[in-house]
Amino acid sequence: MYTHTHTFKEMQTVTLIPGDGIGPEISSAVMKIFETAKAPIRWEERNVTAIKGPGGRWMIPPDAKESMDKSKIGLKGPLKTPIAAGHPSMNLLLRKTFDLYANVRPCISIEGYKTPYTDVNLVTIRENTEGEYSGIEHVIVDGVVQSIKLITEDASRRIAEYAFEYARNNQRNSVTAVHKANIMRMSDGLFLRKCREVAENYKDIKFTEMYLDTVCLNMVQDPTQFDVLVMPNLYGDILSDLCAGLIGGLGVTPSGNIGANGVAIFESVHGTAPDIAGLDLANPTALLLSAVMMLRHMGLHDYGNKIQTACFDTIRDKKVLTKDLGGNSKCSEFTADICRRIQDLD
Amino acid sequence: MTARSVRSLSGALKPLFSNRCPGVYGAASCNQRQKSTYTPPPARYGGRHTVTLIPGDGIGPELGNHVRELFRFCCVPVDFEVVNVDSSVASEDDINNAIMAIRRNGVALKGNIETNHNLPPSYKSRNNLLRTTLDLYANVMHCQSLPGVRTRHRNIDIMIIRENTEGEYSSLEHENVPGVVECLKIITKTKSLRIADYAFRTARAKGRRRVTAVHKANIMKLGDGLFLECCKEVASGYPEITFDSMIVDNTTMQLVSRPQQFDLMVMPNLYGNVVSNVCAGLVGGPGLVPGANYGEDYAVFETGTRNTGKSIANRNTANPTAMLLASCLLLDHLKLHAYASMIRRAILSTVSETRLHTADLGGQGSTSEVVQSIMNAVQSTGPQTLSI
Repeated sequence: MYTHTHTFKEMQTVTLIPGDGIGPEISSAVMKIFETAKAPIRWEERNVTAIKGPGGRWMIPPDAKESMDKSKIGLKGPLKTPIAAGHPSMNLLLRKTFDLYANVRPCISIEGYKTPYTDVNLVTIRENTEGEYSGIEHVIVDGVVQSIKLITEDASRRIAEYAFEYARNNQRNSVTAVHKANIMRMSDGLFLRKCREVAENYKDIKFTEMYLDTVCLNMVQDPTQFDVLVMPNLYGDILSDLCAGLIGGLGVTPSGNIGANGVAIFESVHGTAPDIAGLDLANPTALLLSAVMMLRHMGLHDYGNKIQTACFDTIRDKKVLTKDLGGNSKCSEFTADICRRIQDLD
Repeated sequence: MTARSVRSLSGALKPLFSNRCPGVYGAASCNQRQKSTYTPPPARYGGRHTVTLIPGDGIGPELGNHVRELFRFCCVPVDFEVVNVDSSVASEDDINNAIMAIRRNGVALKGNIETNHNLPPSYKSRNNLLRTTLDLYANVMHCQSLPGVRTRHRNIDIMIIRENTEGEYSSLEHENVPGVVECLKIITKTKSLRIADYAFRTARAKGRRRVTAVHKANIMKLGDGLFLECCKEVASGYPEITFDSMIVDNTTMQLVSRPQQFDLMVMPNLYGNVVSNVCAGLVGGPGLVPGANYGEDYAVFETGTRNTGKSIANRNTANPTAMLLASCLLLDHLKLHAYASMIRRAILSTVSETRLHTADLGGQGSTSEVVQSIMNAVQSTGPQTLSI
């Protein structure tokens, strides 16, 4: 609420992790757009290359951790996954450090970027710490491998609670739990039971359950029937990428990771695109929309809406699109157009 | 008596005894046959085949009836032995009877049997039991764009070969600590090699140029890593076929944007479930795609996406295309190719007629209208049939 147009709004600190490849240029594009929009964000840039801490365990640099713990909000560009560096992927490290248990991907059709699917408006909420990605595998005897899928009561309850809270805070009408309890009776059954228990406390939100295969089948025929989807790790991985494909791919999909202790890291989920790094050809849409998600998470809905409208208008206009969106403009031109629209909106 | 003579004896006697003393001779020939080259004789008596029919739940029974009606009309030399499986009882006798019947006849047509997932783990999925007991290791689904069915993507022609017996569907779960459940996903070298071999043989037989293995080996390094290795090993024996691999989440993304890039795909059980449902959705829905489950000795045919269709049961609105096309696959398996092509031609010509589309395709036609139209099409082009 403003008393007059130029009230000084308290600046909030956000840890910015530019990332590798095209990361730095799309991050600066986002910072420029935020500056034009006069969003009350102060960026603290940090690097997250893995370092070996005391005791030989890999960890993120202490200044990055300190910054995140203080600011609680992070924006991250794409990180390189080294093949034989000896340490786990950076994304995994971040996930473990901040206990990022929920991966949220709102998939909303972008007007102006045509895909065979229109009117997609759903959110996938994926449990991000356990499930099939627990990483526990054994070779029982030569030629027989066992992978363990872990489902715990606590993690299932936590993700279900987050899903319903999200639905309530974002005016969504229903939450659908996606499972395969007909086959995996105990594990998905536990997940389902927890979802049902949590649903009891949120009577204003409609709760349904659906088999994973039915969801996939219906999703490609009519994605408009889905609202918020909550599910364990593997199904979430597949479904969130499926939904990203519906709206146009990872280059335009935002993503947010919610952790314990109020930490939230928003990121673009595409790759580092080393072949176009530094050439001013990258598309900052994914990171920008993730930043908009971040603004909404912080309660700064006005700024979020303004930036999103400008971004969608630019895409709809089709005059300065980057190559992946079908145009041949530069990243800086795309960014400048968005900035111009923001100034016009003011 | 040596194994060989027992087999030949049972082979000679089978036509006489196939419907009368099934237990004794059927079991003998099952246990003593050599796996590699011997194909079990189809249950034939007087030139007529006996096929097990498991109606299942939901729309299964009515679709099974339509298949029988159509076969009777076309004078197909197939007799159905109906075995009902009651999904509401806890005892596994029904499904064991069904399995025994399939062992007897070698071939089956089945509707989906409902699994109530709120029951405790001791109640296993009947469908899964059937597949694992009979070792129907390959689930084959051929998704093609059909003329006359409007979909967002055109020119799709993907064959999906899914490992059907292990992987995430091993149903091995336990709760060591209260509140912590572990579910085991088992991948074995033998089964992975077997399904990869099946995939490449099928690719060669059907003239497919490219095989894509779908996996998640970047996360499940040992499990899916083993599967991938087995596929690569088998691929080396088929130099004329291009082999590549793709991670499952990227695969689903590619499927909804550009499905035409895929040719034949092979994958473990759960990813197969996801990918086959996505592909079925892309070509028009669960009412159009048939599925086949092949084992070394048995074959079971059903609708591709295995839906019970409880909500549309007994309303005469279900799309019979998938089940009828599955019955054509069955006829091909029994080497009754002339009947199979005749019926398939009739079905495809009916599907292209929009005014007969059932509700799932956006029309208002009824199941019986569609079946009637198929029978008309058969009568106008085919040989002598019963009068309508």
